Amino acid sequence: MGNRARKARLVVVGNGMAGIRTVEELLRMAPDLYEITVFGDEPHPNYNRILLTPVLAGEMRMEETILNDYDWYAGHGITLCTGSPVVQIDRVHRRVITASGETAPYDRLLLATGAAAAMAPIPGNDLPGVYSYRDMRDVEALTQVSTGGGGAVIIGAGLLGLEVAHGLNARGMQVTVVHRRAWPLDRQLDGRGGAMLQEAMEARGIRFLMERESAAVLGEGRVEGLRFQDGSSIPARIVVMTVGIRPRTGLAQTAGVACEQGILVNDTLQTYDPRIYAVGECVQHRGMTYGLVAPLFEQAKVAANHLAEYGRMRYEGSVTSTKLKVTGIELFSAGDFRGGDNTEELTLLDAHQGIYKKVVLQEHRIKGILLYGDTSIGPWLFEHLREETDISALRDHLLFGETHLGDAGHAGANQVARLPDTAEICGCNGISKGQIISAIRDGLFTLEEVRKCTKASASCGSCTGLVEQLLASTLGGVYGSSARKKALCGCTDYSHQEVRDAIQQERLLSVREVFRFLDWRNPGGCAGCRPAVNYYVRTAWPAEGYDDASARFINERAHANIQKDGTYSVIPRIYGGVTTPAELKRIAEVAERHAVPMVKFTGGQRLDLLGVPKEKLPAIWAELGMPSGHAYGKALRTVKSCVGQEFCRFGVQDSTRLAIDLEKNLERMWAPHKVKLAASGCPRNCAESTVKDFGVIGVDSGWEIYIGGNGGMKVRAADLLTRVKSEAEVILVAKAFLQMYREEAQYLERTAPWVERVGMARIRERVVEDPVQREELAARLDFAILQERDPWAEAVAGRLDIHAAPLRRVSA
Amino acid sequence: MQWFPLGKVNEVPPGGGRYVETPAGQIAVLCNEEGTLFAVHNRCPHRGGPLSEGFVSGTTVFCPLHNWQIDLCSGEALPPDQGCVRTFPVRTEGEEIWLGLPGEQP
Repeated sequence: MGNRARKARLVVVGNGMAGIRTVEELLRMAPDLYEITVFGDEPHPNYNRILLTPVLAGEMRMEETILNDYDWYAGHGITLCTGSPVVQIDRVHRRVITASGETAPYDRLLLATGAAAAMAPIPGNDLPGVYSYRDMRDVEALTQVSTGGGGAVIIGAGLLGLEVAHGLNARGMQVTVVHRRAWPLDRQLDGRGGAMLQEAMEARGIRFLMERESAAVLGEGRVEGLRFQDGSSIPARIVVMTVGIRPRTGLAQTAGVACEQGILVNDTLQTYDPRIYAVGECVQHRGMTYGLVAPLFEQAKVAANHLAEYGRMRYEGSVTSTKLKVTGIELFSAGDFRGGDNTEELTLLDAHQGIYKKVVLQEHRIKGILLYGDTSIGPWLFEHLREETDISALRDHLLFGETHLGDAGHAGANQVARLPDTAEICGCNGISKGQIISAIRDGLFTLEEVRKCTKASASCGSCTGLVEQLLASTLGGVYGSSARKKALCGCTDYSHQEVRDAIQQERLLSVREVFRFLDWRNPGGCAGCRPAVNYYVRTAWPAEGYDDASARFINERAHANIQKDGTYSVIPRIYGGVTTPAELKRIAEVAERHAVPMVKFTGGQRLDLLGVPKEKLPAIWAELGMPSGHAYGKALRTVKSCVGQEFCRFGVQDSTRLAIDLEKNLERMWAPHKVKLAASGCPRNCAESTVKDFGVIGVDSGWEIYIGGNGGMKVRAADLLTRVKSEAEVILVAKAFLQMYREEAQYLERTAPWVERVGMARIRERVVEDPVQREELAARLDFAILQERDPWAEAVAGRLDIHAAPLRRVSA
Repeated sequence: MQWFPLGKVNEVPPGGGRYVETPAGQIAVLCNEEGTLFAVHNRCPHRGGPLSEGFVSGTTVFCPLHNWQIDLCSGEALPPDQGCVRTFPVRTEGEEIWLGLPGEQP
């Protein structure tokens, strides 16, 4: 009995960001699985190590960097032992032993011992006055010594070296940075960028001595100076060594756990002892060690998944970017920006404004990014680097970012860095840039967390790009590397694509099956995942998959569009926008009979009856006797048309006829988002085909087909896909394109961002150039649409219950 | 407290809800994925959205208008939102759902 009740014991060695992040992830997945004990060397709860430099520079206080206070540990029943280093792992008896001789038994052990500062192997490196720069202890010591002023020499002009230089300079010391290479940050910058950076830091009073090898720290009893190999020397009151970090593997090594540069782990973050996991800077995975925080978080997720006994995720390494955290200096670099054979460079240099941008390309893909002075497009470029996007189409404006006419900031809004703190970022919830940044500084790392804590980007989502940029610019390298595997929602760690793959491969036929199979954290899901997963099930299995009404938004359940007062709008389908006097009369009579408060033409050339109570919907549908216009759904909406050849004196093609045919072929098509089409009869383009998801323009010789246009939240002119001769070809291409979109785009992704993401080349290849694929795509769409019935007719016939009437009327 | 029969358990879709007209106003009767029933005023504290049309998951309902999340046990909006909706007792007897409404106090 007693044994059965005992929880498994998890011991965590290391109370830093990687260890505690893993515990947090674990608690989210399996809150009651383990009795957890955490050992930390430092006498603090978990703090945000990225913020050491702002603390050193006096821009923040130590308390502001705490991520998990003591109450958090207590609240989750975690035993925290700070200031008590673990000195031995007894693998035979499965327990750890601390310096003071205490022992703690474990069933699972998590090593997150981090890394230590490496010291230059030169005489005098142990003199009083020599410092490293690694943790809060170093910051406290440096803060204290800096009050005495004097000369500080920094050995090593890497990220940490420059940050500490900035911090000590801000505290009034005379700072000299010594480096063995020709320019600072030689691993993040090329010579030109390095020179610009050096100049900017020199302008703040920091001296640089480049291409100097340090030989010895000078001084009797304490630091007095530094001598170089060429025999010259400089005086110094303190010396700070930032020449690299070394994974702390001593503990693991002594216990016989295999180590090389770091503790060796596999793709599940397990060491050679299967009871022992390791995450963070102390590990070596596929030959790589990481010193940035972003990979640690990815590792934490995977390790937690396995500790929680889910056993599904794998860590496959990280692509990282770096950002210098020195106030007022903008620097972003990622990938291999040095170039080489078969590579091309795109550069932009504005020495006057201090802006330098360089992108290295190989076979139309981004291999390296270096941005100095203006890093606003960093996250956008980095996304393309990670996704290995073909950027041929973007090449012209690659260095200027993704600006568009009327850019409200979907994906790339470049200006966010320049906005004042008072600027409103989230228009739906009235959240300012300053509010978001201060929430991020309080310890948020993901979009999901920002949404939860501030509401920003939680409503319409159009500011998501801006919020992501704020995350990226506030957190630097911490944020972003996981974008490729962005979880579908907070209920799971799986990405959209991973969920789709599982549905396809495992033949999952309902939302519930998917949730169960993939161990959804909330068995009921949320407003984010339910509709998405239902869509993915229906798209993968149009005939067999269960269309779960409880997983659809109210609009798609009531087959009408809910309004602010809880009434609905009714928009019947009017093919191509062409109606008849009789039909108009019938609509008018229905509106009068039911005293419909407003009758209005829509932007898509249809008629809208607004203000209808839910209870009246079935009666109105019955009296209209028209099919649903699907104006409420993530579905084919309308095919807008101009008058065309039949009456218009300019028309060269019959656009109304084609619009009606398209609409009849595509009605009842569900999609990741709404889909709008248009057909114009001549290049005057009166139906505005170039701001539609799929638009055609009649020309003398046939039709031009445009895709990926949008006239709404973010204007995007459509791209020309191809030219065809006949109406039949237009319909075939439309079907193939839309099916490809249905199968590949994420739920709630419009065609405009999707086209940009996958690139025109790939779409053209499948939809235009390869006739076999085109036919197959179109056939799959036909089959899917064939499974759908007109919902209004179904409701009128009593085969579909939209729960229009109240469950009951209670009278007292 | 007065109890009123509302209908059968299977008339409320799991993961969603129905609405009921009562002298105390419209009340949403909601059912989660495990079949647990809840009853709250059918007006989101934010802009009055009909909660009977929202998603229900666990003990949370997501308002269909602006996605506010309301805890169905307490009626409180989940942070960062603030607001409260009135809750009502609901129970089942066999297949029948019963709703408790505050009766006249003697």
